Amino acid sequence: MKVLVGVKRVLDPQVKARVKADKSGIDLTNAKMTMNPFCENAVEEAIRLREAGTVEEVVALSIGAAKSEETLRNALALGADRAILVLTDDVLEPLAIAKIIKAMVEKENPDLVLVGKQAIDDECNQTGQMVSALLGWPQATFASKLEIVDGTAQVTREVDSGLETINVNMPAVISADLRLNEPRYASLPNVMKAKRKPLEKIDISDLGLDTANRMTTLEVMEPPARASGVMVENVAELVEKLRNEAKVI
Amino acid sequence: MSILVIAEHDNASIVGATLHTVTAAQQMGGDIDLLIAGNGCSVAAQAAAQISGVNRVLLADDISLEGLLAENVANLVVSLAGNYSHVLTAATTFGKNFMPRAAALLDVSQISEISEVISADTFVRPVYAGNAMAKVQSSDSIKLITVRITKFDAVAETGGSATIEAVDAVADSGLSRFVGVSSSESERVELTSAAIVISGGRGMQNGENFHMLESVADKLGAAVGASRAAVDAGFVPNDYQVGQTGKVIAPELYIAVGISGAIQHLAGMKDSKTIVAINKDSEAPIFQVADYGLVADLFVAVPELDKAL
Ligand SMILES: Cc1cc2nc3c(=O)[nH]c(=O)nc-3n(C[C@H](O)[C@H](O)[C@H](O)COP(=O)(O)OP(=O)(O)OC[C@H]3O[C@@H](n4cnc5c(N)ncnc54)[C@H](O)[C@@H]3O)c2cc1C
Ligand SMILES: Nc1ncnc2c1ncn2[C@@H]1O[C@H](COP(=O)(O)O)[C@@H](O)[C@H]1O
Repeated sequence: MKVLVGVKRVLDPQVKARVKADKSGIDLTNAKMTMNPFCENAVEEAIRLREAGTVEEVVALSIGAAKSEETLRNALALGADRAILVLTDDVLEPLAIAKIIKAMVEKENPDLVLVGKQAIDDECNQTGQMVSALLGWPQATFASKLEIVDGTAQVTREVDSGLETINVNMPAVISADLRLNEPRYASLPNVMKAKRKPLEKIDISDLGLDTANRMTTLEVMEPPARASGVMVENVAELVEKLRNEAKVI
Repeated sequence: MSILVIAEHDNASIVGATLHTVTAAQQMGGDIDLLIAGNGCSVAAQAAAQISGVNRVLLADDISLEGLLAENVANLVVSLAGNYSHVLTAATTFGKNFMPRAAALLDVSQISEISEVISADTFVRPVYAGNAMAKVQSSDSIKLITVRITKFDAVAETGGSATIEAVDAVADSGLSRFVGVSSSESERVELTSAAIVISGGRGMQNGENFHMLESVADKLGAAVGASRAAVDAGFVPNDYQVGQTGKVIAPELYIAVGISGAIQHLAGMKDSKTIVAINKDSEAPIFQVADYGLVADLFVAVPELDKAL
């Protein structure tokens, strides 16, 4: 079996996003960037499947600017066998990303596509579902457990009411939630080795796809600030304030 | 203009999230139809017909919709979408599962988790864990939208008199099978609809200690929530989690106990009307969003609070 994993380069989750003064977007100049945390879970799962002997090859795919090579090198250091970078300087919507991933699936013929459940920058939570729709494959989103049995994937999904289990045919698209696994760290020797692993670059224009965005961002604003609160001395004062000032109990 | 809202239900009644989604639809303007899809869901359709502001209820009641598998629900939505300018559903795990699939099949973008309706084609949505709000304009002919329900009031559950019309379900895709669901049993109010929520974090130390919060919750008629750290440590089930990866809630009162206030946690609760934080570390970021902050050891403060109520 072969797995294709989608990895996105995003602003580090520990860094507070700053809105640009001209409201055109988020200021990413010199900001610390990293692999989207949910993609780390997707990569980890792929590597574990290979370590278990279920999978022979793990291919990491990123779509983005040249700097996304760093994110792919990270995936290679974690254990991916090769990487593909589809180069574009545009910030594409999930529909366009899904069309590109579909094109790469047609080129690579994987049995499984793993993605993160959501990118922590755009917070769309769409790409995996869209890839499976375009391929006509089944989907299993928000996975917290994955078992491959008799050529099907048994997936436990994190849903609002608890945990749901579904069984999907393969090939399939699965999106990873944080509890799917605990991602490993790349060791220094593996970081060195990753520099020599194959990384193929494809220019988006060579794919001949319609990747035009359907939405225009008119402005990006700061969220409304909360009025600052007060510190109370003790529980009695807290209860008094909740009863008589906030009137919520 | 006409709008299709995909309802969420448990075969007998309509989930509250749908009532908030109808409000968002009303702000876009146009007739509102509600789709009830499921297996054995005609009672839910009757409940849906009572919802204020609904024009027609479309009922797709078929075995292929058992477990509401994304493939089958998306195909059904696609078969109906051509009649509508907008298709909306709540940004719950149900809505987030099938809606992007339907969007891709229709070759349109999905507008995720809108928090405000500016006009029929322009919406505001939070990005970067709520650290920024993006105003976006869609050029797609059909707008597929998921709605952040905490940002819209609920319409009345009654007062409407919609007609119910059966629609054909689509054939089972055969791609996936529903195996089962395990919900954590709780007699308390549901987290997303509770007026008061008390949540515990890593500071609670273990699951046993959550009984302290449950006791307070019972007195206040509150739901119990948790941070990701508390869920990951196995103190409470995953569906207790509040935040970017869990539930987004906005109760009248949110009490955070032993929670530091990481941005991903704040993303799920900072729209609450009144926020209380109890934490022994006066520097904890949770105090920056708290209306009332108490620097104290929770093992002293929570039993005291319980007694004072
Ligand atoms: C992509 C991503 C998504 C995430 N999604 C979520 C999410 O949905 N929800 C979420 O909550 N987190 C989420 N996180 C994790 C988040 O970043 C934090 O790690 C997490 O919220 C921390 O939980 P905590 O506040 O319980 O633990 P900690 O940060 O460890 O804080 C524990 C707090 O308890 C206090 N404390 C300890 N003992 C006592 C005592 N005896 N009395 C009083 N106070 C005490 C401490 O002072 C401390 O402030 C996510 C992270 C990532 C990267
Ligand atoms: N530019 C990209 N390159 C590779 N994978 C991506 C890209 N954008 C999104 N994905 C994948 O899709 C997942 C969900 O992203 P989103 O739908 O944007 O929230 C991510 O976790 C990635 O696995």
